[in-house]
Amino acid sequence: MDWLVAPLRYSFMQTGLIAVALVGLTCALLGVYVVLRRMAFIGDALSHTVLPGLVVAYLRGWNLLTGAVIAGILTALGISWLSRRSEVREDTAIGVMFTGMFALGILLISTVRSFRDLSHMLFGNILGVTRGDLIFIAIVAALVVIVLIVFHKELELTSFDPTHAEVIGLRADTLRTVLLVLLALAVVAGIQAVGVVLTSALLVTPAATAALLTNRLPRMMVLATVIAVGSGIIGLYASYYFEVSSGAAIVLSCTACFAIAWLFRTIRTSQ
Amino acid sequence: MQGLYLPYGRRRHVEGTPDAPAVLVRQLRAGHPGADTDALEGIDLSVPSGSRAALVGSNGAGKSTLLKAIAGLLPIRSGQIFVFGKPVGVCHQRVAYLPQRGDLDWRFPVSVRRLVLTGRYVHLGWLRRPSRADWAIADEMLEQLGIADLADRQIGELSGGQQQRALFARALAQQADLLLLDEPLNAVDTNTREVIANVLEKLHQQGKTFIIATHDLGRLEADFDQALYLSGGHMVPPPPGSFVAPALQQEIVWTGS
Repeated sequence: MDWLVAPLRYSFMQTGLIAVALVGLTCALLGVYVVLRRMAFIGDALSHTVLPGLVVAYLRGWNLLTGAVIAGILTALGISWLSRRSEVREDTAIGVMFTGMFALGILLISTVRSFRDLSHMLFGNILGVTRGDLIFIAIVAALVVIVLIVFHKELELTSFDPTHAEVIGLRADTLRTVLLVLLALAVVAGIQAVGVVLTSALLVTPAATAALLTNRLPRMMVLATVIAVGSGIIGLYASYYFEVSSGAAIVLSCTACFAIAWLFRTIRTSQ
Repeated sequence: MQGLYLPYGRRRHVEGTPDAPAVLVRQLRAGHPGADTDALEGIDLSVPSGSRAALVGSNGAGKSTLLKAIAGLLPIRSGQIFVFGKPVGVCHQRVAYLPQRGDLDWRFPVSVRRLVLTGRYVHLGWLRRPSRADWAIADEMLEQLGIADLADRQIGELSGGQQQRALFARALAQQADLLLLDEPLNAVDTNTREVIANVLEKLHQQGKTFIIATHDLGRLEADFDQALYLSGGHMVPPPPGSFVAPALQQEIVWTGS
C-alpha cells in the first residue's frame, strides 16, 4: 500500500487530492440535474465561455478566478435571458454564443507570447492548485450542497413538471437561473481539475453513469459523487506515476466507469 | 423552520370573496407568449361554486388554453378572469390543475408517491419539508385511486391509465376547491374511467367545483351542470341535439370585485 500513501508526503498531492474530491462532489451533484434536465450542451457552453474571462484576467494581471467567475455568471444569466425569449431557438443561440466566446478566448491567447502559461486553462492541472484555488473550490462545493438540500423539492419538481410548478406560483425559470449560476461556479472549479475543454465531461459522465444504475434521485446523486470522486483520485495518481495529463486521466476514468455501467446494464436487461 | 410559511409567488394566499362564483371569465382574449395570434377570443364563462362545467371542442379548439388561462399559465391579453372573486394567482392554493399527461417528464427518477406528494407543495412553500400529515394525505389519495400498490414505482413504469390516476391523486392531494381537468379520460382504460368518475361524483358531493376539458362529452353529459362549446378559440353554439347548458342562458349576476 506504500504506493498509495507515499505520494501524499508532498503537499501538492494533498491539496490536489482534496481539490479533486471537492470538484468531483460539486460536478457530480449538479451533473445529475444537468443530465436529467438535458442541459449537457449548456454545461459544455458554460465551460467554453469562461475562457475569454480567464485570458482577460491573465492579460490584465487580475485574479484568474475572478475573471472566470464573472464570465461564467454573465454567460449563465445570458443563457437564462435568451431562453425566455423565443425568437431564436435556445440551443442555436447557445451554440452561436459559446463558439464566439471560445474563439475570442483563443484569439486573446494567441496575442500572448508564451502559450504555455495558458495551456493549464485548456487542459487543467490538478497538481498546480493553489491554496486560494482550494478555498474557492471548497466554497463552491459548500454552496452547491446547501442549495441542493434547501431547494431540493423545488428543483426536483421544476425538473420533471414545470407546469405544476407554475400553477402553484413557483417560477421554473428562477430555479433554472439558480442552477445555471451554480453550474457556472462549478465549471470554474472544474477547470482547475480538468480544464476548459473537459469540464463538461465531469458534469455529464458520472451522472449519466449513475442514471444507468438507479432510478432514484438521491441514490443517483450519491452514486455519481462516488464515481466522480473515485475517478478524480485515480486520475490524480495516474498523473503522478505516469506523468500523463491529470485532466485527461480523470475524464478517461469517468468514461471507463460509464462503459462498465453500460455493459452491466446491458447484461442485466438481456437476461 | 417548520412553522414559517413562505409561499411561492409574490403574494400571500387569500381565501377569496364569499359568494363569488368559482370562476368568472369576461371577454377573455389570450394567446401563447411570442405568438402573434390570439388562441382565445371573446370568451365568457361563469362557473358557480360547487357546480360542474365542461369545455367541449375538438383538438385545437382552445379548451386546454382556456384551462391554462384560468390556472394562470397563460397571460391575459384583454378581458378578465376571476377565481373565487380574485384575479388569477391570488387564490392558487385553492386551484388544482390536472395537465395532459404529455406535460410531464415521465422518465424523471421520482416515485409515484412523491409525485402525489407534490400536490402538497403549494401549502408548504419554500424551505418547509413535507410533514407526516402531508405524506399521509398522499397515501390516502393513492388509496382512493386504487394505485397504492404502485406507490414506490418510478412514474415511467406506470401504464397510461395509471399515470392519469397518479396525476388525479396529486390534484386531490392539494385539497383544492376548484379542479381544472384537462382531458382526464383521454386514452385511459375503462377501469380508470370508472375510478375517476366515482371520485368526481364524490368531489361533487363534497361541494367542490370542477371544469373539465373534453372532446367527447358523450357518456358524461348527465354529470354536468353546464357545457361551453369551443371552436377555433371562440365560443360556438352547441351542435344540434347536444347537451345545452342551462347556466349559459342565465345572466351573469356577479360582476367582480
